[in-house]
Amino acid sequence: MFKRVINDAIADVVFDFEGAKITARSGESVAAALLADDLLSFRQTPVKDLARGPFCMMGVCFDCLMVIDGQPNRQACQVVATSGMKVARQHGAAELNIDQADPA
Amino acid sequence: MSIDIIIIGAGPAGMSAAITATESGAKVLLLDDQPTPGGQIYRAIEAAGDKQATILGPEYMAGKPLAQNMRSTNIEYVADASVWQVTDEREVGYSSNGQARLVTAPAIILATGAMERPFPIKGWTLPGVMMAGAAQTMLKTSGLAAEGAIFAGCGPLLYLVAHQYLQAGVKIAAIVDTTAKANRLKALPHIPGALRRWDLLSKGQKWQSEIRKSGTRIINNVRALKVLGDTKAEGLSVNAGGTWQNIPSDHIFLHQGVVPNVNLSFAASLDHDWDEQQLCWRPKTDQWCGTSIDGVYVAGDGGGIGGGLAARASGEIAALGSLAKLGLIDTAARDSKAKTARTTLRRELSIRPFLDTWFRPSDDFRVPTDDDAIICRCEELSLKDIRDTIEIGLVGPNQLKSFCRAGMGPCQGRFCGLTVQELIAKQTNRPAADVGYYRLRPPIKPLRLEELANLQIEEDENIKF
Repeated sequence: MFKRVINDAIADVVFDFEGAKITARSGESVAAALLADDLLSFRQTPVKDLARGPFCMMGVCFDCLMVIDGQPNRQACQVVATSGMKVARQHGAAELNIDQADPA
Repeated sequence: MSIDIIIIGAGPAGMSAAITATESGAKVLLLDDQPTPGGQIYRAIEAAGDKQATILGPEYMAGKPLAQNMRSTNIEYVADASVWQVTDEREVGYSSNGQARLVTAPAIILATGAMERPFPIKGWTLPGVMMAGAAQTMLKTSGLAAEGAIFAGCGPLLYLVAHQYLQAGVKIAAIVDTTAKANRLKALPHIPGALRRWDLLSKGQKWQSEIRKSGTRIINNVRALKVLGDTKAEGLSVNAGGTWQNIPSDHIFLHQGVVPNVNLSFAASLDHDWDEQQLCWRPKTDQWCGTSIDGVYVAGDGGGIGGGLAARASGEIAALGSLAKLGLIDTAARDSKAKTARTTLRRELSIRPFLDTWFRPSDDFRVPTDDDAIICRCEELSLKDIRDTIEIGLVGPNQLKSFCRAGMGPCQGRFCGLTVQELIAKQTNRPAADVGYYRLRPPIKPLRLEELANLQIEEDENIKF
């Protein structure tokens, strides 16, 4: 599993992952914080319902898609973790929920 | 404020271009998709201290003064900005903080950098399998490393990251080297050119010998690979010299070189050439990094792989080219200011023919032979799926896309485009250059309908949408 070999950043970010409290270093991505917590599988694929996790960590592969603060299809490797964030694994394709859409 | 130059990407090329342009009085908008400047090579450089210096080395730390310099200039720098469009009328569409904007400028410099070449082997989609560059990103941004990982593939970055792991005191289960023996002989004629960067060659030797001395297992002459596991990676099956052996590990880092990240330059309809030496597409550029669209420039690895120092030099050259074009400097000043950068660029590119030949990824690793190896990760299409579709009689990647959806998922072909192109070439017995690439269209990054509906167009007379 991943371990911290450099531990110089302040661990002052706490976010929610499916009910569990995850501590993140200031400025790091949601994906990095979850990998540090030994989570490897971030979503189930839309076509074959198979597990996937972060692959490129630079925003080009789209394999780390998660539901972040209610919004699906977020690239967890590109989103900086902030306190109070709610993060969940994504199962299949995102559903378009017209009723919940912001009328603005 | 009217902008003179929009620069896309805050890596070595983008930051150098921004600094050079601002020094001559240009108003610069620098857009970058990361939270902090540096690009991939200098990722998270601003937060780097002594520990990072020890583990990641002086080449990484060299980015720190560059980022400091960029910060100290009067540049409008927007972090976390996702650029989804560049048009031939030099309009740039981007989103930041949920707000989409359209801005125009007389000059645009694309400095979108490189990404890792696809490595399509059986099981490369399993959780726990990542690119070696991703391993390095985690080291840079979070100080994270995986104990007992396998590094597999070829190219300088593979050994660089493995060496950085050892510097951090992290054990490696094995280095599995796929470099073909036959490459060595072909690379020999390129040694004289490469000697201009003999320091880099000797550094590579030093990494290798330190890795060997550490007792790390190294497997050479590898011909085939399969990742083991059903729901997550459990190890790597390695064929070296005709026999298979299994190495257990939860973490497998793959790498076989980097290629220009061309999604934006293709979607902007720039002309591209197939580079047979680097096995990738690159935008056609002139000596000032100008492209087939007037006022659009490409700098850094996005225009062809040359490395960080070459990217800095070409960023300066692109900035000087656009400054002269805008009339902010005269051509004499442009030419004299570009001298140092040109010398650097020539020196940095002199080693490429050697490196590109020595580390040329083997045919069987670019186009897999395992029927059930996934080619298109997003649409989950295997080699057999793609091959069967080609057999219908398809001539190019765009037809193929319509028939089986390869390249139509969220990554927009970034991780299957080159494989599909070379597979069609192989199966239809044509040169890869003739097969061509996916037709890419904006938006090249996800854009919510809500953002598009609330699009903010910066004051300008000629905007069409």
